[in-house]
Amino acid sequence: MKALVNKIIPFSAVDGPGNRTSVFLQGCNMNCRYCHNPETRKVCIGCGDCIEACPAGALFWMKDGNSRKVGYDPAKCVFCDTCIHICTHDASPRIQEMTPQETFDKVARQIPFIRGVTVSGGECTLYPEFLTEFFQICRDNGLGTLIDSNGTLDFKQYPELLAVTDGVMLDIKAFDETEHKTVTGISNGLVMENCRYLASLGKLYEVRTVVVPGLFDAEETVRKTAAMLRPYQKIQPIRYKIIAFRPMGVRKEYAGYPVPDSNLLESLAGIAREEGIGKVVII
Amino acid sequence: MVKMNNSKKRKDEIAMREISMERVNQTRQEILDIIESPILTHEQKVANMAGKADSLMEVLDLPEGLDELLNVPGDVKCICDLAEGHAPVRPRYIIPDYFKFMKEGSKFLQLDPPKDLYEALNSLLIFYKHVPSVTNFPVYVGALDELLEPYINDVDEAQAKKLLKLFMQHIDRTVLDSFSHANIGPRATKAGRLLLEVERELEQAVPNLTMKYEEGVTPDDFALLAVDTALHSAKPSFANHKMFKSELGENYVIASCYNGLLLGGGSYTLCRLILGNIAKRAKNIQDFKENQLPYVMDIMARYMDARIKFEVEESGFFENNFLAKEGFIHRDRFTAMFGMVGMAECVNILLEKEGISGRYGKDDNATQLGVEIMEQIDAFNKQHTNPYCEATGGHFLLHAQVGIAEDQHISPGTRIPIGEEPEELIDHLLQCSKFHKYFPSGTGDIFPIDTTVHKNPEFVLDIVKGAFRKDLRYLSFYSSDSDVIRITGYLVKRSEIEKLKSGQNVLQDTTHLGLGAEINGHILERKVR
Repeated sequence: MKALVNKIIPFSAVDGPGNRTSVFLQGCNMNCRYCHNPETRKVCIGCGDCIEACPAGALFWMKDGNSRKVGYDPAKCVFCDTCIHICTHDASPRIQEMTPQETFDKVARQIPFIRGVTVSGGECTLYPEFLTEFFQICRDNGLGTLIDSNGTLDFKQYPELLAVTDGVMLDIKAFDETEHKTVTGISNGLVMENCRYLASLGKLYEVRTVVVPGLFDAEETVRKTAAMLRPYQKIQPIRYKIIAFRPMGVRKEYAGYPVPDSNLLESLAGIAREEGIGKVVII
Repeated sequence: MVKMNNSKKRKDEIAMREISMERVNQTRQEILDIIESPILTHEQKVANMAGKADSLMEVLDLPEGLDELLNVPGDVKCICDLAEGHAPVRPRYIIPDYFKFMKEGSKFLQLDPPKDLYEALNSLLIFYKHVPSVTNFPVYVGALDELLEPYINDVDEAQAKKLLKLFMQHIDRTVLDSFSHANIGPRATKAGRLLLEVERELEQAVPNLTMKYEEGVTPDDFALLAVDTALHSAKPSFANHKMFKSELGENYVIASCYNGLLLGGGSYTLCRLILGNIAKRAKNIQDFKENQLPYVMDIMARYMDARIKFEVEESGFFENNFLAKEGFIHRDRFTAMFGMVGMAECVNILLEKEGISGRYGKDDNATQLGVEIMEQIDAFNKQHTNPYCEATGGHFLLHAQVGIAEDQHISPGTRIPIGEEPEELIDHLLQCSKFHKYFPSGTGDIFPIDTTVHKNPEFVLDIVKGAFRKDLRYLSFYSSDSDVIRITGYLVKRSEIEKLKSGQNVLQDTTHLGLGAEINGHILERKVR
């Protein structure tokens, strides 16, 4: 069993509590307009445009059965991101196929400096079996396990995964279903169901909303999400992370939204607190 | 009368060597330059002039060969005595037993033991003005949390905090040198918590501050308050309490930059090997290990022996200073620090001479060569004995010196040069973990931290915990946007450096060192984590 790994960040201060190694898996089933890492959305189609563009000669054609695919030499790569910028398919040639054990081997070097791992994406729950096995290995080695998800996996159907997961950090892109479709292209029915389900199990570590003025009603989303979670706070306190939209990395056609000012973010944080959230983080 | 007899006797016994009138006149010119300097304060002029007067002395029994290693231009200098002077009038670092002072008061200072918080703070402030050192300011101001905890409930919390704030401000404005160091921890105390809160608000350079940290002993909430304070004011740093106490016992302190020394003792002297310049003398790695390094180490050790002999047998310090007479310090708790700098340059030069590729901090073969050199220095130190270092088994303690403002192309201790740090912090820390264990009298690494970490201080604490499990000794962090920053082992305010740059004089002497380090040491260009 393998997953497509986009990158591994050895020390992360922004993917859950304490110091964690973050693993980013490739591929996503939403199409959020403000996505800041669109190169994690899809899988390479092998067009080869990036091979010619690479200034370091780190990309090349390699055999793939009877066909060919884009090969990548990390030793030559200068991480200029040219391949990502010119890719017309929201993919990256720097993806590596890895087993849970191979992924853990890249994490093990950081022990004992980290308290856990966070798997993100893309949408990491596209690989539930991989996650289950990877988290089991992490747990066996004393590491905590967090999932960063858009909430489109029906978690009820994966008790083995939840058994080895400390918590989920769940995106609430918009509370209103129509707005959610505008922001992401799909409905949020399952997201909300997961939100309540995970909270009821004490496995919802955090909800987060990216605030994009003009795209959807952030005030309503924060208010209603926080209110919905109120009954579950006594099981396990749930944080609300309010994230300011920033155009960095966003696809050109969507990069024109305004950046929210700190007054707006603070007022949203105030609303979350009013609705019973104990800890609100603004980023 | 006794004193006069003593000095007469010494005059007869010590051969004070002649010096040339040319050197006298050159020194007179240097003194005049100090007098006329527009950027030195009065106190800084007096201290610098005293140094010049001392430089005319020639009383030490110097080892042959020292001159061409010590008194030569910076790019070939192999031994440096860090401006300790020619006739040491006091040990370099003095660590008074402030607990004894709080318990017994001082006859010389005409102070009874303090009875409440007001008296405790007042007594300490008086005492600090009478603790000499190489900088003329105390390099250790005490384990402030433990010293003040017995008095902290004498007043309500708001008033205690106000008093501590005034006390810390008084230190910053009168102990004009940020090598002055306070300790806190490892256990949590109310005084410790209030001191951290006060330091977070004051954002001052003085005093330097270390939290002695041990997982399981220091509670997380206390350590997290320390991290939060560090992200505001670049202090405290974190010392591996378990490691230090296993080497020096419970009664150790952290003083000056990050120096592990014994309470009620100190260090007679600190000299340093400039390893990069010793490597320049060598034909290859073998010549370095078999000839050049042993030759220079031997001369430096004997130079330190000569300095110590003068301090103990001739200077009269341990017979006449009230600190010794009243038992606040004990001669037999002193040791000396055998220092080194420039491991990075040394390794790079030697690999280049051998035609082997590899850079210190990046490649495993460079790390390995560094470790071999450290093993050799450690072995030398363990076989060299000095009769006045009983406190540390008759040996000096190794010290990774942090550099001085004039250093060019000399990296502190075993640090990776600024600009060549590994991309990932994990690789940087694992490299450090190979070297910290050699230095009971101090080493440390410094990491500027991205401001996003303000939201997640546990990130820093996790790194401290992991690092100490991996045998790192001492870590410092500061926020990349902070005004107070750690230069090498001491703290300076960026705003004060700017004042000095524009030609104004500034209160603290360490700001001058900070400006030099900014220009020569590129300390503002450290990789932000």
